[in-house]
Amino acid sequence: MADGDLTIEFTSPVEFAKKKVASIQEYALLAAQSIANLFRRPLYIADTMQQADLIGFGSLPIVLASVFFTGAALALNSATTLSRFGAETVVGQLVSIGIVRELGPVLAGLVVAGRNASGMASELGSMIVTEQIDAMRALGTDPAKKLVTPRVVATVVMLFFLTILGDFMGLLGGSFVASMLLGLDSHEYWSNAWQTLVYSDVFMGLAKPIVFGFIVATIGCYYGLSTKGGTQGVGRATTEAVVASMILIIAVDVFVTRFLMVVLGS
Amino acid sequence: MSTPSLPVEAPAAGGTSASNNVIVFEDVCMSFEDNRVLDGISFHLPRGETKALFGVAGSGKSTILKLALGLLKPDSGRIIVLGEDIAQMNENDLFELRRRVGIVFQESALFDSLTVRENVAYRLMEEGDVPEAEIEKRVREVLSFVELEHTVDLFPSELSGGMRRRVAIARAIITQPEVLLYDSPTGGLDPVTSTTIVELIVKQRDVYKTSSLMVTHRLQDAYIMATHYFDRTTNKMQPLPKGERGEVHMSFLILRDGKIIFDGDAKDLAASKDEYIKEYIS
Repeated sequence: MADGDLTIEFTSPVEFAKKKVASIQEYALLAAQSIANLFRRPLYIADTMQQADLIGFGSLPIVLASVFFTGAALALNSATTLSRFGAETVVGQLVSIGIVRELGPVLAGLVVAGRNASGMASELGSMIVTEQIDAMRALGTDPAKKLVTPRVVATVVMLFFLTILGDFMGLLGGSFVASMLLGLDSHEYWSNAWQTLVYSDVFMGLAKPIVFGFIVATIGCYYGLSTKGGTQGVGRATTEAVVASMILIIAVDVFVTRFLMVVLGS
Repeated sequence: MSTPSLPVEAPAAGGTSASNNVIVFEDVCMSFEDNRVLDGISFHLPRGETKALFGVAGSGKSTILKLALGLLKPDSGRIIVLGEDIAQMNENDLFELRRRVGIVFQESALFDSLTVRENVAYRLMEEGDVPEAEIEKRVREVLSFVELEHTVDLFPSELSGGMRRRVAIARAIITQPEVLLYDSPTGGLDPVTSTTIVELIVKQRDVYKTSSLMVTHRLQDAYIMATHYFDRTTNKMQPLPKGERGEVHMSFLILRDGKIIFDGDAKDLAASKDEYIKEYIS
């Protein structure tokens, strides 16, 4: 390596802060545009359906598998603790609350983020470096409308349904452990799991994927459309999109949970 | 096409009146971070003329094309395209203007998930009100113009570099724009394919009389364009008789260090005493 290659360029804290604020501003603008575009024609319904297929059906097996095994592990861990109090029969309640309120939406969000935020960032990033986005603008199409809004709508809608299916698989995983390994009555497990759920639990569990879906799609698209520096830049954008969307999902989950607890009084 | 009649000394088409210019740059400056790429650029492109832009890599040639299409905003100065000051326009208004301007990107920039038909028809499909039969007819017409009718169902990845460039030309001309912008249309191609592309550009220029701005590294391409015309009877590019320029309106613009160091026709270029220009064209 030449001596010159060892030079490290430092950015002043002020410049760094300015860049970060500018990035947040650009992200906020893109996110707002993605919603505003819902009310402007054309609506790109075919693109939205195609994205729904890619995001929804493509993510289905991994979402179902991850929530199923998490439900099973949750049942195992809960049973170990509950057995000290002779209360293994309430495993169904614990699994049900844990999966529906928290683990189902978060896990589905993380899995979809890992699979689709990266896909969106790399696809849009590649379009940037090959000038396809410029070509799209040159041909009279708004890339935010054509590319971002369909992805946001598709992710929000499909993550909502993936979470419902994932919740069921999580309960099924818990049921499998409860009946096969712990020797509990399956009917009692499902009865407990069902009866313990109240309106606020279900509402909380189904409100979160809407927020998470929006985060996954807008972050994936933002990093993709902000790609700089050729193929290396595409790789960097992909990694950053996955990291940012996962961190945001986990962080935002805390605030959404607290907000909904206050609103729903639970 | 009949033998061209105008002598070499005749003035370029349209003169320089503002209304006859399709593109006007007035004191345009543009920087990327601390790097000033364009420094007070002023020129005009009269209607019906083809202007070739030269300069070393990084001299701002492609930036000029992107500015002319409103894909970039200048730091200062005015850019008038088809009578509109595009530096002041928002993106939505620019979408309307861009319908009247076509561009061929350096690496073609075809949408890789769409077929050749879908790529070429893209603008018509986006307009939403063009019937399917009309779209198909016009796609066939422009693909026939670039002699690539047989590729209609192929994807860009299945085409050679030269074919991709020709599809990009077809996509740019399908709406018969008033101005065409070419960004290194022959860059990275072998000489034979380059000549095919130049012939297509000459054909577009002489058949449809489209004004165009062409960025190129290859001086010989621009010279071929200045010394040839498209003969519709033989459907081939033919050399102009010696000493004549016919209906060919061709000018040259050379950039250096963000400034224009030459703007004139082939005769002025050949007569230039500037050492840099002499070295450039030698």
